[in-house]
Amino acid sequence: MRLSPSSWFKRSGEPGAVVAPFVGLLLLVTLFASVGNLLFTEGSVFHVSTYTITLLGKYLCYAMLALAVDVVWGYCGILSLGHAAFFALGGYGMGMYLMRQIGDRGVYGNPILPDFMVFLNWEQLPWYWFGFDHFGFALLMALLVPGLLAFVFGWLAFRSRVTGVYLSIMTQALTYALMLAFFRNEMGFGGNNGLTDFKDILGFDLQSDTTRVALFAITAFCLSLTLLASHAIMTSRFGKVIIALRDTESRSRFLGYRTERYKVWLFVYSAVVAALAGALYVPQIGIINPGEFAPLNSIEVVIWVAIGGRGTLVGAVLGALLVNYAKTRLTAIFPDAWLFALGALFVLVTLFLPKGLIGMAGQWRARRQSGQHQNQSVEGQS
Amino acid sequence: MSAMTQIRETFRRDQVWSFLQPAQASVDVSKDILLYVEDLNVSFDGFKAINNLNLYINDGELRCLIGANGAGKTTLMDIITGKTEPDSGSVWFGQTHNLLEQDEAAIAHLGIGRKFQKPTVFEEHTVFTNLELSLKTNKAVLPTLFARLSTQQKARIQEVLDTIGLSEQQDQMAGSLSHGQKQWLEIGMLLASDSRLLLVDEPVAGMTAEETERTAELLTSLAGKHTVVVVEHDMAFVRSIARTVTVLHQGSVLAEGTMDEIQANPDVIEVYLGEDPEGEAA
Repeated sequence: MRLSPSSWFKRSGEPGAVVAPFVGLLLLVTLFASVGNLLFTEGSVFHVSTYTITLLGKYLCYAMLALAVDVVWGYCGILSLGHAAFFALGGYGMGMYLMRQIGDRGVYGNPILPDFMVFLNWEQLPWYWFGFDHFGFALLMALLVPGLLAFVFGWLAFRSRVTGVYLSIMTQALTYALMLAFFRNEMGFGGNNGLTDFKDILGFDLQSDTTRVALFAITAFCLSLTLLASHAIMTSRFGKVIIALRDTESRSRFLGYRTERYKVWLFVYSAVVAALAGALYVPQIGIINPGEFAPLNSIEVVIWVAIGGRGTLVGAVLGALLVNYAKTRLTAIFPDAWLFALGALFVLVTLFLPKGLIGMAGQWRARRQSGQHQNQSVEGQS
Repeated sequence: MSAMTQIRETFRRDQVWSFLQPAQASVDVSKDILLYVEDLNVSFDGFKAINNLNLYINDGELRCLIGANGAGKTTLMDIITGKTEPDSGSVWFGQTHNLLEQDEAAIAHLGIGRKFQKPTVFEEHTVFTNLELSLKTNKAVLPTLFARLSTQQKARIQEVLDTIGLSEQQDQMAGSLSHGQKQWLEIGMLLASDSRLLLVDEPVAGMTAEETERTAELLTSLAGKHTVVVVEHDMAFVRSIARTVTVLHQGSVLAEGTMDEIQANPDVIEVYLGEDPEGEAA
């Protein structure tokens, strides 16, 4: 794994080489938005409303989820149509902590049991809820459980050499099965209402501006970290093997690489990134319910990545930010038209921008360079 | 009494328990034979692709396998490299390694490299990276994640690049190479991996006459240090490199010997060479 700054700037013409400048820009924007919210009062030009902060925080969580999908799809060709499952599981882990933080401030005032359990006449906390009143344990579980699920799923699927469309269908089935399971009240996760009514996190009020800004800044920081880590992984020899096995898996195997292990660990990494995104998403949005497992969500993520440019990391993040911004604006104007717009966008990108927006920038630069070359050669001749 | 004998047998001081023996023990070629293929049988949906095949490859030799389409050449390579499981028979690498018990990656680690019929290189990587990934290194996940190229490894890659004549193209994407260059790169990848046994499937398919000649030179120069098994249809090419030729027919060995002996063999003439000598020439 090369962590020297020179490698971040290397091959400046290629997609993915813009990671370090992009992270700098991201952190700068985060700083301006945070300062704009906390220091400038309403009416000032620099004021950023808390609503905007939360919206930005949500976009960044989606961007991290897109990054996770890009890592497996763009670099390894594993088209996962179930990554929202890991995102939602991470969210549930954090939601359980926040639920325990409510304490006796719930509607029923039970200091131990969350409201929905009192409502269901449960006597005591199910065993899997124990320990979730500790933040560290909850966060660990929020990352560990999705990671473990990804490991078991990946180990079974990749060892049996399931690939392509069959694997996509299986990931889709996984998230659908989890959705149905979490809809059941007996599961002990709040049924179709999910977990909500959160009050505070680590003692900080979730409704206060400072907490909101802090959560947003932490999200931006985590996104930067995962972006840099993913870039380091993908430029390491491990990343080269991943790209190699995407293109010709049998060749990699005959060179002595146990490709299924590479795939499993990449899949686990991706799932943990998705789970982290989910864990950051829930305190900002204030609710997690089984709807997050919906197969449609996972498919939407794939579209963000395709639009931004797969296999480019920064492209996936950009795609998620742009599409979600467009979604916010469009659903405000024509609520019914959004899905059509998304579908049209996907078709257009697939037809005309196979490498996404980042790829388009690369093509444009290449054309400009070759144009310059031609001009120079013409001048040279004359 | 028998219990005592059994215990004595178990604790024999001149032997090491099998589970204590290192899995990656060196290849034992004290009998001068590197590859033993014995009584091999494979059938696909009733079609016998390999039929009671016996084949011995000496250490350091250059062996050519010829045979019509469907004679079982590629299936044989699939079995040796662990891709296909035979119905019966045994394949041993040296005297200590049973290849049928190992998967593709383990077999590659033992030192068996394979060039596919259709040139298969990592098209999205540069020529240099293709060779870097082929180097003989620890290929487990974590060591690969933190791997860096040492000076010796860089020198080794340069050496291979010179051997296969692709030094100038080292920063090009492998996908942009010509067909012949891809074939060379794939052979180079086998060299970089320091494979002891090279299984080379149709190395000169689609090459120009000049490229064919250079490939012949390269393969002959490799024999001795490596053991090379070449599958080829091009009879002129086989004649130019072969010392020993094995003719496969319907999944078993039909004849074995020098090119002249093979060409004089009546069985071979009947089923392969003799089909239509003029047609071959044309």
